[in-house]
Amino acid sequence: MNDIAAAVALTPASFKSGYKPIWCPGCGDFSVLSSITKALAKVAVPPEQVAIVSGIGCSSRIPAYTSCYGFHGVHGRALAAATGLKVARPDMTVLVTGGDGDGYSIGGNHFLHACRRNVDLTYIVMDNHVYGMTKGQASPTTEPDWDNKLSPGGTGIRAFHPLVIALASGANFVARAFAGDPNGTADIIAQGIRHPGFSFIEILSPCITFRPEQREWKQAVHPAPVAPTDDPARAARRIMTDDGFNIGVLYAGERNPYPLREGTPKGTPADLEAEFLL
Amino acid sequence: MSPSRKKVAPVAKAKVPDKRVATKAGAPAKAPAKRAAAGNPAAGTPRTVNEFMVLALVMESEAAQRYAEFADAMEMHNNREVAELFRKMAVIESRHATQIMEEMGWEKTPPLPVGMPTWDGFEAPETAPIDEVHYLMQPYHALELALANEQRAERFFARLARVAGTDSVRKAARALQAEEREHVELVKAWMAKVPKPDADWANDPDPPSYTD
Repeated sequence: MNDIAAAVALTPASFKSGYKPIWCPGCGDFSVLSSITKALAKVAVPPEQVAIVSGIGCSSRIPAYTSCYGFHGVHGRALAAATGLKVARPDMTVLVTGGDGDGYSIGGNHFLHACRRNVDLTYIVMDNHVYGMTKGQASPTTEPDWDNKLSPGGTGIRAFHPLVIALASGANFVARAFAGDPNGTADIIAQGIRHPGFSFIEILSPCITFRPEQREWKQAVHPAPVAPTDDPARAARRIMTDDGFNIGVLYAGERNPYPLREGTPKGTPADLEAEFLL
Repeated sequence: MSPSRKKVAPVAKAKVPDKRVATKAGAPAKAPAKRAAAGNPAAGTPRTVNEFMVLALVMESEAAQRYAEFADAMEMHNNREVAELFRKMAVIESRHATQIMEEMGWEKTPPLPVGMPTWDGFEAPETAPIDEVHYLMQPYHALELALANEQRAERFFARLARVAGTDSVRKAARALQAEEREHVELVKAWMAKVPKPDADWANDPDPPSYTD
């Protein structure tokens, strides 16, 4: 089958593995997985040319549920691993997936510098404002007054604002999506993959177990009332003044991505290893 | 051609060990952001039967996919009875999709017409919202969910039948509305055969949430 025929034949199912997700029934991450497979079918990159890298957490299980290359890495270090992969194999389409704890706390510094480097990656964060896998602790995006037994009265700490941080740090594409809108989310992910440089997509993905009140998000989200801008100042103003439920592409910049060498490396793994010999 | 989908009789007669009452699961989704053009009921309405059947195909395909996702999730949580039920629903909706493909003579899924779909909410009317399931849900809840989906689908086709700009689309919409109405009755009949859950159906003596 030639490349064109193969691309035509790609469907979301082409990107699914035989493993079944172990997430809680009702979790938003099911939809995000579906959106990722739809987006990959839309951009028509075959699974063997896609790598999905993740850290630790519920949402970081996504690589195993796809038929793409996957790397379920170290907590908070998904972006570091993905950056290395993309630089070594610029021919690959590299997606990074994870949650708010993994990406903004444990991996917070990697997040800043991945935005700054602007390597051509698509970073998909499933944000549920809680550490779900470890049973419901407050995460960087948890509201300061979220009261539970593990943080009585709330943490009192201002919530991290990932979109503003991404924009200020140099991400070239900034979007917010909602897990309850799998087709819209797939469109945004496809746009992020196609956009050169570092694309950051924050997906509001309810945790129905530890934050059941997030079921109400489906009433709160609404399409962003404005078109994407390439002006970071305007984008920053929009993002800092919106209600946190605007969904859509909020910024699509024109910064040059981190330069990558052309083509597929011709060396063998042994040649690569030799480069690191002391 | 007259669009139709053969009814598929419910095959499961679920036996549920205890008697609990539905609460969250199965409740119809509240209206999220509206996508249909306000003030113009015909906006985004299919102009041809072909376009109409593409929409119907999307509805059936997405419903089948969601039921399959639910079945997988329930299997992983060892709720086998509900998993089996969702799997059957996925098969039923897939058959509907296949029938549409065959009747229309399509070999591959055609692209959605420009400007469509225009249903209210984020997903097709027959697709159950992703968050309306629970790991302890019972067959009755799954059927409640299916009922809400079929009722939304019926309302969708009824609206299309009212606002369609051509007789052929109106006729096709009425035909599918009638089918959805039959499905509503089938699901109701099915529900009558399974026990209603108790009020405490979601109580778990070993809950996943430490913060409970």
